[in-house]
Amino acid sequence: MLVFIVRRVIISFFILLAATFVMYLLVANSGNPLQDLQESRAPNREAQIEARIRLLNLDTPAPLRYFIWLRGAAGCLVPFALECDLGQSIQGQDVTALLSVAFSQTLQLVIAATVLAMVLGITVGIVTALRQYSGLDYTVTFSAFLFFSLPIFWVAVLLKEYGAIRFNDWLADPTIPIGVAVVLGTISGLFWMIVIAGDRTRRVTTFAAAFVASAGALWLLSETQWFADPGLGIVVITVTAVGLAFLTTAVVAGFTYRNVLYAALAAAGIGIVCHFALDSVLDDPSGLTIVLLALVTVAVGMGLGYGLGGLQRRQAIQAAVLTGLGTGGLLFVDRLLGAWDSYSDRVGGRVIATIGARTPNFQGTFWEEGLDRATHLLLPTIAIVLISFATYTRYTRSSMLEVLNQDYVRTARSKGLAERGVVVKHAFRNAMIPITTLMAFDFAGVLSGAVITERVFGWTGLGTLFVTSLARVDPNPVMGFFLIAGTAVVVFNMLADIGYAFLDPRIRLS
Amino acid sequence: MSDPTTPGSIPAAAAVAGDAQGMNVVARTQAQMVRRRFFRHRAAMAGLITLLLIVVLAFSSIGFASVPGWWDKDYFSIATVENRGRPTLSVIPTWLGGDGMHLGEHPFGQDNVGKDYFALTMRGVQQSLTIAFIVGLVGTVIGTMIGATAGYFRGRVEAVLMRFTDVMITIPLLVVAAVLGRRYGSSGIVVLGLVIGLVTWTGLARLVRGEFLSLREKEFVEAARAAGTSARRIIVKHMLPNIVGVIIVAATLAVAAAILLEAALSFLGFGVQDPDTSLGKLISTYQTAFSTRPWLFWFPGVFIIAIALSVNFIGDGLRDAFDPRQNRVRD
Repeated sequence: MLVFIVRRVIISFFILLAATFVMYLLVANSGNPLQDLQESRAPNREAQIEARIRLLNLDTPAPLRYFIWLRGAAGCLVPFALECDLGQSIQGQDVTALLSVAFSQTLQLVIAATVLAMVLGITVGIVTALRQYSGLDYTVTFSAFLFFSLPIFWVAVLLKEYGAIRFNDWLADPTIPIGVAVVLGTISGLFWMIVIAGDRTRRVTTFAAAFVASAGALWLLSETQWFADPGLGIVVITVTAVGLAFLTTAVVAGFTYRNVLYAALAAAGIGIVCHFALDSVLDDPSGLTIVLLALVTVAVGMGLGYGLGGLQRRQAIQAAVLTGLGTGGLLFVDRLLGAWDSYSDRVGGRVIATIGARTPNFQGTFWEEGLDRATHLLLPTIAIVLISFATYTRYTRSSMLEVLNQDYVRTARSKGLAERGVVVKHAFRNAMIPITTLMAFDFAGVLSGAVITERVFGWTGLGTLFVTSLARVDPNPVMGFFLIAGTAVVVFNMLADIGYAFLDPRIRLS
Repeated sequence: MSDPTTPGSIPAAAAVAGDAQGMNVVARTQAQMVRRRFFRHRAAMAGLITLLLIVVLAFSSIGFASVPGWWDKDYFSIATVENRGRPTLSVIPTWLGGDGMHLGEHPFGQDNVGKDYFALTMRGVQQSLTIAFIVGLVGTVIGTMIGATAGYFRGRVEAVLMRFTDVMITIPLLVVAAVLGRRYGSSGIVVLGLVIGLVTWTGLARLVRGEFLSLREKEFVEAARAAGTSARRIIVKHMLPNIVGVIIVAATLAVAAAILLEAALSFLGFGVQDPDTSLGKLISTYQTAFSTRPWLFWFPGVFIIAIALSVNFIGDGLRDAFDPRQNRVRD
């Protein structure tokens, strides 16, 4: 194993070295970096050209210039000992400084989106595999194909128009006309009818129930002016938390023994109590407080699972921790929404933002600032999730179907295991093995994949840095961007290989 | 997948069973079975028809090269903007309260300087399709050649070629395509398609190599080698026909990806350059006009989605047709 990793690291290093060389030549060849100066009519034109040639070493041929760049970049390999020097941009800024600012922006944008896309995509993929050739399966398959075929910038522009501009206009007077509520209710009814297939009576019942629930909820939200000052409220939190407890129990352990359920319900209960007990703490907490609270939640969940778990201690711990974190998340969202009203006033009613990562010069309570970030993240996240979600559902579905037809799954069923155990323990774990590779690729790819999203939503992240620098034929920032993106690809590919061997003992590393 | 028998044994087994029951069984070749399965794939057929309609519409309406089309306006003449450039296309018949079904003077409206937007969009479709086709073709040919060579010869050849592939894979596609587009975008769409095709072969090369690694151990390859057949002939005549399905499917999906890649590049400004146009460039140019003149944004976008979606469906149908084990057996 160790030999394999060392070998992979060495090979990856040389691959990256070769890739930077190729990339450097391509970038150097992509245009004329002096063009804007040569076209300018400034009196000191010659001096400026001279200065830029000296700044970028343009008098050295590109292949040799690469080694100058490499010497600086080599410093980044040994942190603290040597100076990390990725050169200067065309305007004389240090590339390392530019990169660190841009990198943090991009990370904020992509991490949440990628994780969300993975969780959603894998869940939906599993469900469609279990319900193969059902209405749901066909609907999801078609949507996945549609999402595959969507140009992300087109979606992004649409989202900006309808998700932000029109939505904000509507927020000024957030009422839903009864006709719209009926139409949306019908759509929701049809949706659930397709999802929950069955005979005619069941379909009609599903449709009616979903229609009444959705249209009624919309009407209620509209009548109570919920959108003007949204929040979850204690009733919704309680119901969702208890539902969450049942859901996690169903997934990790089933209901044969009640201990796990009790642990999960206790976690949900403590969470709800905390809603009241921690009122003063959560008034304007710091980020550290939230992290600490999350850690306490995990600890309490483990304690509950340990104490109440009985024979199924491990499962009980899992269920309690997950339920606890989920309930905590609900409380967090509730608090964020609680800041909606004051936040909306401060940004003049334009709640959903279309440009940038933060409102410039915005200062407020923890919740207001959090909401500010969330509203800026919302639309780009949706855009990224839509596209990767499609890939994940397709891959998970086919991988899951493959596994479900294996002999060992049939064996598991024939020896009388509950369906939950078969799906979660026998099928799902094995189906995840090929998905790990996809995850690694996806994580590596999102850094460059966010180029377009950043561009449309005006985030000054790595993608914007890349595009603006490339347009100016500014080689050093482009190379800096590539160094990050390329390293991510190499590292994650390596992790995928190692993870693959770790998950599937049949694969021997050599 | 629920069928435990291999696809090769199905016709034989069916023939025996058919004879036993006195039924009439038609013998089909592999190609016929593939074609049959493909034509029965409804989504793929819908995609194929949509794609053909779009191609015919795009190339017949404004014509191409020096061949004139049936549409009386072109995509470069400047005219006066009538009625704020609103589209005159109407599809709601009068008995439904619409304006009747007619194309009107400018069915897709006009742009800022009064160019006919229908002609512009059609030109964009032509250019995008051409680029995507060239990219798909070049990428497939190179990927197949590199993968086949590496997989057949193994040893040092494979090591060199696959390390080279690894190097190319390290560079994210959009990034290298943007860099190349920055340099070659103004050289016309054929050059642009060629250079982008030069960097999109990596996935296929790995796929073909993998297939070749297992194929070269098969008896028929050994037999051919024992008979003294040249390596080139073994690769082209004996091995490639066995994985033609994999290659065709990959090529189709590569075309779909290339449509979106071209659109993305043109959107970032590194693709097709003025005075030429493409679907991505049209969207990029008019994205700010969305709230005032949304049709300038909708029409090219709908065409991109329609093309990419139908090509993806065709690819899916081809995959099912070539490898019925992967999906529902449709015959």
